[in-house]
Amino acid sequence: MSEQITLAKGLNAGLRKAMEGDPKVLVMGEDVGKLGGVFRITDGLQKDFGEDRVIDSPLAESGIVGTAVGLALRGYRPVVEIQFDGFVYPAYDQIVCQVAKMHYRSKGRSPMPMVIRIPFGGGIGAVEHHSESPEAQFAHTPGLKVVACSNPVDGYWMIQQAIACDDPVIFLEPKRQYHADKVLLDESISPDPLFSSRVVRRGEHATLLAYGPTVKTALAAADAAAVEGKSLEVIDLRTLSPLDMGPVLDSVRRTGRAVVAHEAHVNLGLGAELAARITEECFYSLEAPVLRVGGFDTPYPASRIEEEFLPDLDRVLDAVDRSLDY
Amino acid sequence: MHVSHHGFGPDLVEVFGPSQTDGGPELVQLLTPEGERTHHPEFDRDFSAEELRGFYRDMVLTRRIDTEATALQRHGELGIWAQLLGQEAAQIGAGRALRPQDHVFPTYREHGVAWCRGVDPLALLGLFRGVDHGSWDPAEFGFGLYTIVIGAQALHATGYAMGMQRDGVVGTGDPERDAAVVAHFGDGASSQGDVNEAFIFAASYQAPVVFFCQNNQWAISEPIERQSRIPLYQRALGFGFPGVRVDGNDVLATYAVTQAALQRARDGQGPTLVEAYTYRMGAHTTTDDPTRYRLSDDVERWKLKDPISRLEVYMRRNGLADAELVDAVKEEADELGHRLREGCKAMPDPRALDMFDHVYAEETEELRVQREGYAAYLATFEEAGR
Repeated sequence: MSEQITLAKGLNAGLRKAMEGDPKVLVMGEDVGKLGGVFRITDGLQKDFGEDRVIDSPLAESGIVGTAVGLALRGYRPVVEIQFDGFVYPAYDQIVCQVAKMHYRSKGRSPMPMVIRIPFGGGIGAVEHHSESPEAQFAHTPGLKVVACSNPVDGYWMIQQAIACDDPVIFLEPKRQYHADKVLLDESISPDPLFSSRVVRRGEHATLLAYGPTVKTALAAADAAAVEGKSLEVIDLRTLSPLDMGPVLDSVRRTGRAVVAHEAHVNLGLGAELAARITEECFYSLEAPVLRVGGFDTPYPASRIEEEFLPDLDRVLDAVDRSLDY
Repeated sequence: MHVSHHGFGPDLVEVFGPSQTDGGPELVQLLTPEGERTHHPEFDRDFSAEELRGFYRDMVLTRRIDTEATALQRHGELGIWAQLLGQEAAQIGAGRALRPQDHVFPTYREHGVAWCRGVDPLALLGLFRGVDHGSWDPAEFGFGLYTIVIGAQALHATGYAMGMQRDGVVGTGDPERDAAVVAHFGDGASSQGDVNEAFIFAASYQAPVVFFCQNNQWAISEPIERQSRIPLYQRALGFGFPGVRVDGNDVLATYAVTQAALQRARDGQGPTLVEAYTYRMGAHTTTDDPTRYRLSDDVERWKLKDPISRLEVYMRRNGLADAELVDAVKEEADELGHRLREGCKAMPDPRALDMFDHVYAEETEELRVQREGYAAYLATFEEAGR
């Protein structure tokens, strides 16, 4: 395949490919069948793979994840869709107490090759509970792996890699980019490994760390900074647990400065972990403390003011300026 | 009958009465507390002398596992133990109704069911001693690991049953092939969302799962009246599948009812809720004190319903058991008790670095670094001690 695709199309094609390749792969969730999911990510899959493999579920998140645990124990590879980020909390117990611990508890006898897809983040003008960034809650849980895609090509490859992974993967999809940009997917170019971060723009003066929806923001900030003669390196983390620190540390050792941008609340978020690790590993290379830009430590606000909550280009550039001023 | 003011019908407590020790007229029973064989129009069946002796042996040995484990906890060999005293019939009846290809999802008190599945009781002790989180292979025994979070496993059971449907091992008519799942939980768990969601999923997909609720009347200190205004088995109807209340202290009735429910599931007719009406004679776990929350009169009344003595009386009266059998089983129980005592004390503690194993199927670099760092740290003590 070599064509222009959106993130939604990339994920859909990736799911389709995984289902074709392994009859044990099941898709499960609310409205994933006939409707094709509220974002249409599973569009057409039930028609082609049947109701036994693309399972429209009752409206019960704990039930979706808990039954997927049983299916995984029976040898299936369930891919469950949580309709919106804020709806994952009813399933939180099943995810952190059962999904995350089953392999450990059973000394490896009961693997949990499950993918939990969560459309995450804001910027779509939604009502409460539809715009959250719960990644730190899962990245803090041993036994889970957490990844976030940021573009159509990664969406296509990463969903297939996550399904093939023998560990449970929380798969975060930046919902406001589902239908935003088209990018060329050239299947002849082999993908990066799933649990790797990637430098997406080279630069010299400071390193911007981002994932999911903030990668686009960070790249826009780097464009704007370049006009003022500031050269920013941008890293798409892609994997949040485990973190792939290699490219991050290499970059910060060169630039001496790091700014982390994420939509989640700053307090105790991924940025805090990144700041700690960079400080531990690059202390003598740092010219400035690692700075964080993110959602404020408030509940996600009403959508008319969500642009104030979300880290935008200006707030990222402000943090870059503060870093460069040290 | 009292009719409530709101006009929606009679007050439910007036209809069903407070918790009854006899289980009410709906109770399926084949053997009375006095050891008399009774008959039931729907669930009756014949039992061979060999089957009866097997039930007797299973219950006596299961009780010994429980009393030994309780004693081991008192001696500090186990951190905690979840006692099953009084629930032997409910578990042996349910456990013996299974076929090898069936699969059980237990909570943490199913020691008798584990026994029926061939899990070494020492493996159960390991969990409560704290050497692991359960060391038996669920696939080998068709018996999952104990689940501590109340009711979570009801969903796992339902999903597993959905997997059986997709594997084509339901409703084929081949008794060697058709399979079903049992989810065990207690009256307290019936209040949990996961159990209710499991009911919905199982009903919606007609999954081959038997929900086996041991209503032992108490969720730690909370009585059944705090969980339900109606008899638990009646909840099934609201979810769209049958429920039945069986005398959980009657191993014959429990066996017959569970076997029928399992067969229904294997035949592709969907879930059943079995409420085994019983009583937890001991504490919830060895950490609590039931004298603080319940009357000794109740305990004394339930003692008269003891599952082992009623079967023994029936067998002796009918020439199916004699002193020789009773002595032989007792001797076997003594040997088992000895093996558990010695085996428990001999269990090695895991090594500190074992905690890093099996977190992931594909270990992360982050965890590998942590393990190596801790190993190096531990090594400094060994060097210092030299």
